[in-house]
Amino acid sequence: MLLIRCPYCEEERPELEFRNAGEAHIARPTNIAAESDDDFEKFFFIRANPKGVIYERWRHIHGCARFFNAVRDTVTDRFVMTYKAGEPKPAKLPGASK
Amino acid sequence: MAKAAAKTKAAAVSASVERRPALAGRTLSASGVKVEVLPPAERISLRAPQASLAALSKALGLTLPTKPKTSATKDGRTALWLGPDEWMIIDEARKDPLADCAKVTVLHSAVGISHRNVAISVVGPAAAATVNSGCPQDLSLEAFPVGAASRTILGKSEIVLLRSAADAFRVECWRSFSDYVFTLLSEAAGDAAN
Repeated sequence: MLLIRCPYCEEERPELEFRNAGEAHIARPTNIAAESDDDFEKFFFIRANPKGVIYERWRHIHGCARFFNAVRDTVTDRFVMTYKAGEPKPAKLPGASK
Repeated sequence: MAKAAAKTKAAAVSASVERRPALAGRTLSASGVKVEVLPPAERISLRAPQASLAALSKALGLTLPTKPKTSATKDGRTALWLGPDEWMIIDEARKDPLADCAKVTVLHSAVGISHRNVAISVVGPAAAATVNSGCPQDLSLEAFPVGAASRTILGKSEIVLLRSAADAFRVECWRSFSDYVFTLLSEAAGDAAN
């Protein structure tokens, strides 16, 4: 079983307590009514879906119930790091070679 | 005429209906662990920002814990940390914590959930093994010491788990899930004993 570190509970918890909540750092348009259909489609439907490192929202639903962000490798399913919701995208990942 | 009589009879029957708590009196003893339903208690769900904690702690008569996975107990009343701004208060001394919170004027949200939950006690040397049969958390004394409390899952059901002693757990679940939770714990108790 995967252990995922919850930044609010400050410890690793079993994956069964968590739910994935889609890609992170998607900014909602400030004036959504003025969006063109193409821009709205990009914001609403189009996701990066990379092979490799992905930034995701996760929710510790059967724990503290908080949303947080996680960096995960989609190839190995390894969690690189997790950080609280609202915090900026980390500039450098721990263990990154570059 | 017969209809009217039936109606009166039905009314008379419902007037004398007794309230039966979920799982009332269910208990199971296996070698090394005992699973039983705890008596009803007063419970509230409390949400409050950091600034309100001092006033709420004073009104409730215990210090609300701010560290993850901890609880505080005083005079039969327990406050369990569930999230950064969320607590569950359980009062087994039949004193209403909702009334205590109602006197507080600082920002907070207190909701009575006494009847939403059913509590099951799991006691004995095999208690941790019994709970672990459905709960994936590390329940060793180092990771989950006495007084530790957490919302987690047991099988398919969400529970709130409190370690009240080294060999005793309090499992709080929603009453509609209580039959499932009790049955799962009963089955697990038999396995854990072996």
